[in-house]
Formats: sequence, C-alpha cells, structure tokens
Amino acid sequence: MMPKPALPGLTREEILRYSRHLLIPEVGLDGQRKLKGSSALVIGTGGLGSPVALYLAAAGVGRIGLVDYDVVDSSNLQRQVIHGTSTIGKLKVDSAREKLLDLNPDIEVETYNEPFTSENAMRIAKDYDILLDGTDNFPTRYLTNDVAVFLGKPNVYASIYRFDGQVSVFYAKEGPCYRCLFPEPPPPGLVPSCAEGGVLGVLPGTIGTIQATEAIKILLGIGQPLIGKLLLYNALDMSFDFVKLKKNPKCRVCGPNADIHELIDYEEFCGVPGHDHDEGSAGDGYDITAKDLSTRLKQNHLVLLDVREPHELEISALPGAVNIPLGTLAARLSEIDSAQDLVVFCKTGGRSTRALELLVSAGFKKVKNLKGGINAWAQEIDPKLPIY
Amino acid sequence: MPVLKIPTPLRSYTNGQVEVTLNGGNVSEVMQQLVEKYPTLKPHLFNGDGQLRPFVNLFVGENNINDLQGLDTPLDNNTRVILIPSIAGGSK
Repeated sequence: MMPKPALPGLTREEILRYSRHLLIPEVGLDGQRKLKGSSALVIGTGGLGSPVALYLAAAGVGRIGLVDYDVVDSSNLQRQVIHGTSTIGKLKVDSAREKLLDLNPDIEVETYNEPFTSENAMRIAKDYDILLDGTDNFPTRYLTNDVAVFLGKPNVYASIYRFDGQVSVFYAKEGPCYRCLFPEPPPPGLVPSCAEGGVLGVLPGTIGTIQATEAIKILLGIGQPLIGKLLLYNALDMSFDFVKLKKNPKCRVCGPNADIHELIDYEEFCGVPGHDHDEGSAGDGYDITAKDLSTRLKQNHLVLLDVREPHELEISALPGAVNIPLGTLAARLSEIDSAQDLVVFCKTGGRSTRALELLVSAGFKKVKNLKGGINAWAQEIDPKLPIY
Repeated sequence: MPVLKIPTPLRSYTNGQVEVTLNGGNVSEVMQQLVEKYPTLKPHLFNGDGQLRPFVNLFVGENNINDLQGLDTPLDNNTRVILIPSIAGGSK
C-alpha cells in the first residue's frame, strides 16, 4: 500500500459515530483514522458489492469507489440490499451512492458508471488502496486479478453460486493470485452463472460480509488475512472448509517466468463476453426473434425444445415444447428428430445458445435459437406469462 | 474409503450427491471411479486427452494435489478429497 502522508483527524461527530470501534484496542483512534485515510474500490454493486460497500461505508473507509454499468431491476432486490424498490430503473452506482451517503455522509463515494475493462481498469484502480472483486463473470475476474497484480494491490476475492461461496485475498506481493489457483477459465458454458443457475439471496450477504471483514483487517493491518487460504462455504451444509493456496511457479502473471506483463483481451481469453453484449443471442443467422417464431408457429410445424431445468417449467412454459435440460442433452440427442425444424429456448437465451452449438456439432442443420428466451416471448408475445 | 466432496455446480451430474465414497489408493483411481459412476461428469473434469482440466482443483485434506504428488497422491481410508471448480457469480 502507498505510504500515507499523515493520518486525518476525527471530528467530534465522528468520534461519537465510531465509538464502538474506538473501544476495541485493535482499532482505537489510530485505526479509525487509518480507515478514514484509506480507500477501497468495489467492482460490481450487486449481490456481493451490496454488503461490501455498506459495511465499508459504515466502518468509515474514507473513500469508496463503485464500478457498475447496470440499472436496478426488481429481480436484483432478493439479494442486492444496497438498492431498493424506490431506485428500480436508476443506475446502480447512483442508487448505491445515495444509500452509502445516507448511512455515512462523512465519506466520499466515487462512481464509475461504466464496465470495468482493459481500457479503463488501471486508471480507475490506481488511486485505491484495495480492490474488492464482486463481479459476475470470468473475464472481469481475470481482469481484476491482473490489475491488482500489476498495481501491487490486494484483491479481496469472493464468488458465489446457488449455496456455495469462495473467499480469498489474492495479494501477489505476499502470496498467490487468482491465476495461481485457476490458470485458465472453464470453457464457455460449462459453469452456469447465477442469472441461469440462481443464488440463495442471503448467500452474498454472508460472503460479502466476510469480504468486507478481510478488507477492513487489511486496511487496519490487523489479524490474519486470507492470504494463501481459500474459504469454501456451503449454506446448505453450513460448512466452512479452508484449503491452503500456494504461489504457482508457472503463474503467467505473478510467477518467476511470467509472460503476461500488461492487460490482455479478457473476453477473448475466456471466450465469453464480460458484459451483456448480445446476451441470449446465438449470432450468425442462428437466432429467431419471439415475433418471428410466433408467425412461424402459425404457418408450419416446428419442434420447440426447452432446455431449462424441470422446476423452471412451473414458472413459465410454452405449450407443446419438449423439455430436455441442457445438462442431459448430449445423452438424449436420439430423442430429437433432426429432420424437423427445431427451435431451442431457455430463460434468456444463454443455455439455448450452448444447446444449439451442441446440436449443430452433432449434425443438426435445421435448428434456431429463440433470442432472449422465454422471457423475450413473455415480453413481446404473451404478457400473461411471468418474466423471471 | 476416501470421500470426495462434490461442489453444488456439479451435483446435478451426481444425482444430487454431496459426498461420494469411492474405492482407490490414489487420486487418479478415485477420479476414474467417480466418472465411471457418473459418466456425464467426465467432460466437465477431463479434457479429450484424459487430462484433468486446468480449472478443476483437487485438494486432499487442505493441500492442492499440485503441491503433493499430483494425481498419484496416495489416499488413506476416510481421506477427504475436495473438488473446487471455478465459479464466477457475484453480481447478477
């Protein structure tokens, strides 16, 4: 961390506000002044970013940066507690800033309403003491890691899926980085996102709060941070497992023979877009819109293949569609007649795009992807169908 | 017998099993048995050449097998093997 000139003082109001911190010998007046003089960049103001930013603000971290390019949607509110019903439709960074300044008007909140990319990441991150990774996709996770390595800053990492959470502090100066553990991302489509697979709403609360704890410890210089350790949490089993992480001598960014010395194209590296460009689109003439599908269905016979999980059919369904979940599709290809025109769909088009790739590589020629999935159908054709 | 803990994203391939007890004296034997028992899991863990995919991390106790003897790492009775996959969720 950059050496600080002199620690800022606390006002009379701040002494009262932080009195419960001042009573802890490990924090005390000096610790609270350290927090006031420190800064943290929260990348993503979603499930993880919500508790992270709220607790850092409440703790009195003097300058908090928020990076997000999305707007608040009602489907966020089951877990993204920094936002509210009154801020639906607002920019997430503005909604979050409002809440943080209400919680603590003595801090500074800087907002970056833009995707975190190779072009802007170094510029945004360089003036912060610590990075907190609360992103939702592999390209941005590798980008955040590499930025932290190149700038010599700690990266408090967490990621979640359904009931599982992982937390670690990747700090290449003192231990391994994210790439030491995961040198390569999984092939596109192999690991479902929370938007596809779901997530227990309280899970990012638990995990994000641990992330905030680690950041505050590091900023204060107290305790044992999760450097060289990975915490694995499972909410269903209520299990906490710890494993040891070591620096990988073959690591391409922080190893002795590192060959990556500047930011790369992370979308290309991961083979997937880091941001929502063309979400739910198979591209290359493989898409069919909900409107076109509606017209086609009136004209001739089509087979509709629903690749969602069976429990999702209870939420919404298209009549006559055959349900073969994506995970079992490869083993059940013989159930589908390749001579018929086929339209594959899922919730928003992600899984169906992968199903389409699987079908095309298996020799299916007359196959299209319903762009935007059954949610697009509900939006454009059948308003009685719920969107989820 | 060694016990392998299956992470949530892969449980749909193990009929929802959280832990699988397998026979085998080392990590390689246990993993072979796992994918024989649950064949749809195989492409998620191994590439076409039968090599463990680089984003799949296996830990014996609290140590990465890469810091032990790799797939040859011996396993005692009741050793816990943890499979740690990449997950990316956080925001949406």
